[in-house]
Amino acid sequence: MNALGVTGGVLQAVIVTGGAPVLTGVMRQVRARLEGRAGQGIRQPWRDLRKLLRKEAITPEGTSELFRLAPLVLLATTFTAAVTVPFVTTASAAGPVADLFAVVALLAMGTATLALAALDTGTAFGGMGASREMTILALVEPTLLVSVFALSVRAGSTNLAAIVAATVHDPVRVISPASLLAAVALGVVTIAETGRIPVDNPATHLELTMVHEAMILEYAGPDLALIELASSMRLVVFLGMLSSLFLPWGIATALTPLALAGGVAAFAAKVTLLGAALAAGEVFMAKIRLFRVPELLAGSFLLALLAVASSYFLTGPNL
Amino acid sequence: MSPATPALAAAHSASRFWPGIGAHWGLTWPALAGAGTLALITALFSLAVPRRWRAVVSGAGTALTGLAGAAAGVAAVTGHRSPTLSVPGVLPLSGVTLAVDPLGGWFIAVTGAVAVAVGSYAIGYQGRAASRPSAAVLPLFVASLLAVPAAASAVTLLACWELMALTSLLLVLAEHKRRPEVAVAARWYAIMTHLGLVCVLAGLMLFAAHARGDSFAALARAAPHLSPAVKSTVFVLVLVGFGSKAGLVPLHAWLPRAHPEAPSHVSALMSAAMVNLGLYGLIRVGSGLLGGGSAWWWLLLIALGAVSAVYGILQAAMSTDVKRLLGCSTTENMGLACVGIGAGGLFATTGHPVLAGLALAAALLHVATHAAFKTLLFLAAGSVLHAAGTRDLDALGGLRRGMPATTLAFGWGALAASALPPGTAFVSEWLLVQALIHGLHGASTATAITLPLAVSAVALTAGLAVATFVKAFGTGFLAKPRSAGAAAAHESPGSMLAGMGLAGAACAILALVPGAVLPAIGRAVAAAEVAAASGAGGVVTLRLDGLAGEVSPLLLTVALLIVMVAAAAWLRALPARSARRKARLWDCGGGPLTARMEYTATSFAEPLQRVFDDVLAPETDLDVTHHDEARYLVASAEYRGRVPDRIERRLYEPVLRAVGAWGDAARRLAPGSVHRYLGYGFYAVAGLLIVLAVTR
Repeated sequence: MNALGVTGGVLQAVIVTGGAPVLTGVMRQVRARLEGRAGQGIRQPWRDLRKLLRKEAITPEGTSELFRLAPLVLLATTFTAAVTVPFVTTASAAGPVADLFAVVALLAMGTATLALAALDTGTAFGGMGASREMTILALVEPTLLVSVFALSVRAGSTNLAAIVAATVHDPVRVISPASLLAAVALGVVTIAETGRIPVDNPATHLELTMVHEAMILEYAGPDLALIELASSMRLVVFLGMLSSLFLPWGIATALTPLALAGGVAAFAAKVTLLGAALAAGEVFMAKIRLFRVPELLAGSFLLALLAVASSYFLTGPNL
Repeated sequence: MSPATPALAAAHSASRFWPGIGAHWGLTWPALAGAGTLALITALFSLAVPRRWRAVVSGAGTALTGLAGAAAGVAAVTGHRSPTLSVPGVLPLSGVTLAVDPLGGWFIAVTGAVAVAVGSYAIGYQGRAASRPSAAVLPLFVASLLAVPAAASAVTLLACWELMALTSLLLVLAEHKRRPEVAVAARWYAIMTHLGLVCVLAGLMLFAAHARGDSFAALARAAPHLSPAVKSTVFVLVLVGFGSKAGLVPLHAWLPRAHPEAPSHVSALMSAAMVNLGLYGLIRVGSGLLGGGSAWWWLLLIALGAVSAVYGILQAAMSTDVKRLLGCSTTENMGLACVGIGAGGLFATTGHPVLAGLALAAALLHVATHAAFKTLLFLAAGSVLHAAGTRDLDALGGLRRGMPATTLAFGWGALAASALPPGTAFVSEWLLVQALIHGLHGASTATAITLPLAVSAVALTAGLAVATFVKAFGTGFLAKPRSAGAAAAHESPGSMLAGMGLAGAACAILALVPGAVLPAIGRAVAAAEVAAASGAGGVVTLRLDGLAGEVSPLLLTVALLIVMVAAAAWLRALPARSARRKARLWDCGGGPLTARMEYTATSFAEPLQRVFDDVLAPETDLDVTHHDEARYLVASAEYRGRVPDRIERRLYEPVLRAVGAWGDAARRLAPGSVHRYLGYGFYAVAGLLIVLAVTR
């Protein structure tokens, strides 16, 4: 924990919280334009959040404290990840929390709590969403951890700050086979974990296809606002992790105003570009059947395994 | 250590009177002797006192036995040396030899701590229904569990092992009058545990035949002079024996049977304390006495552990019986610990002592974390069974209204079991994965292929564990009650809640400050002769020694709490109307939702069942009855779905069928005719005479 990390953490807290709904707006706008619609404008998600926060809180009959706590847990896990993962600077605000496994488990913790809240409602929709989300989560985990394995081999650590710093010092390793394979695997993981097409459709309310939306069907008012905010922050955290791990250019290595401003601008630009690319890709794709998702994830797992294998066999046993 | 101090003083004064016995007894022996005496006294009193007091005497005595045992274990792992105790003439052949080193002390401490929680819980759980034998055997079972890691010769180990098997068998049988399945489960358990004993016996006797004497010291001295073939045979035999006790696939068949049918406090003891001793045996004999051996032993152990972990958690994910689910999850956790032990042995034989220490420390920490959360979960499941009268998750639900404290306990245990921060298993699995990841540096090709696969197995296990425990907690305790029993469930008495509270507190300590127990684990690792230290330390932040890697569960939890409180305060400060309004659930306009419309545990697990279709091979049956008048109209449809244990079906049933056929064939020899039996006698004697005449 040093001054650079703490400054980065404070900046990230502000940018991610403030910028996440804007990114969602940008992605919707990109989709709308590509589909020939005018779109709502990129500030619409913030207007929706403001509207929801002003509404009264609703407690559906028969739900418990867990239902009311779940949005807070989801927001807390996502926010903690957003502050500690090195996006803007190479140092982390809290080094011992910025372990890649800890961050991944933290984000999974938020999802699991939301699934419990969905089961708590006792409706068929809630159970359906929770069951599907947990299935996807269980199958994503091997890809995620094995990609982490591949990335950590050359840095000698699973700490995100260490991996990012090592990549900044030696940018050529980004185009090593291990890194490229891991990037593709983590890209698929990002799509699955943030509920984007082709795994889940964030814009659907059709019971046959809903995953995330089925879980949060009973939420309204400020609770729903928290969940929407946390979901968009989660997308930023995953895209930001991809950009820090594979495109670490512009990230601040020193505590000067210029470097920090450059770090913030680079982070915003990279995440926006990745988000826009994701949205553009979604226009040309349809959501696949739930039972085809395991095939997609198995493919990404294979890539992750190949990434580890290439990191060992292509660089020699004694690195 | 205060309870042990007067005992220490007494031991000192005793040694003044008998100077030949030993000048210094240490703290361990008085505490262990106290535990043994307490167990015997409790057993005798439980037989004698009237029914009203039986549960109290048995439970309190068991808790005290556990406390004394835990004190002995803590003394051993904090570095108090104790001499080897040898009493010739108690057992035939070699007498009894006892010694407690930090490795044994770690297992004794874990067992003792489990027994404290279980003893307190048993007071309320047994209640007025406590039968005389089960009340008397409970403290004896705890004493035998404490004795196994203290054994220091092959014969002593086997005797204690058999004592443990017999007492646990009696406890499994406790409810055999009420349910016929108990007898079936007990028969499986009795046969498998004794086949395991035979393997351990054969392995250790083969080992002892090549050594001067059967004490562990003599065995360890003889190990370097053994031929590799003998060493490998001994290892494989003890692996089969100890592996069956630890519930490793494919020797796990007894576990999902015996754990659900035993009374819940016994399930907790068996699952959290007894199966650990299988791991203890593997470490003691494999690393300690045989001194490492070849790399393929440990690769085999990693493979067995990984398969057990994935298979166990898959069976748990499909199970709707909450105690069977917990039993299958025991197989999973023992598998994970075996991956750690195997990695430790592998790194030790390939010359990476730091990594070896880290991997074994991860396994030993996982043993303790598993013991803590599995005690909590089994005790909570027992309360549910006690209150709702069923273990079927499809018939439970809505327990949070009637049983808030038990719901909290099970929820905390489920979080601990699913390896999510701030849960307990997160720390030990993090250490395990760190050891596996760092092992790739300078690894041989076989190791380099094994480690990524082991990491993916651990990852898949962790992911499925989240789904399993979300299912268990979400469908069992949240939502609406699915049966009358679940709707009428009420909270358990105070002694049961106290037992759960103790286990929950242990989970919290291990989850938040795991660094507090790592020095003790370091001594245990050193005693196992794998490495010099545990390879990790630090109280607030867990740091790896000599490797890059740190994590701080405490900091993480504090950060989460701060953000949650801040977000809640921010919501309060909003200008929105503060009172929450009640509203109907979204029912598609079709009237109020009933419990029959909910997702059940079976439906929750259905997507996973489809994904792992090829592994699980589920069986479904659909019977459609048509109307007689109109063949196109369906009168009724009956659907049955079952997920049988596939390994059992493929591996055990053919063997059982063959044995049955053999028995049937033998029965044809005995048709009941006396003439025939006389004929057998005549021909046997005549044959014997001919043989003797020919050979002489």
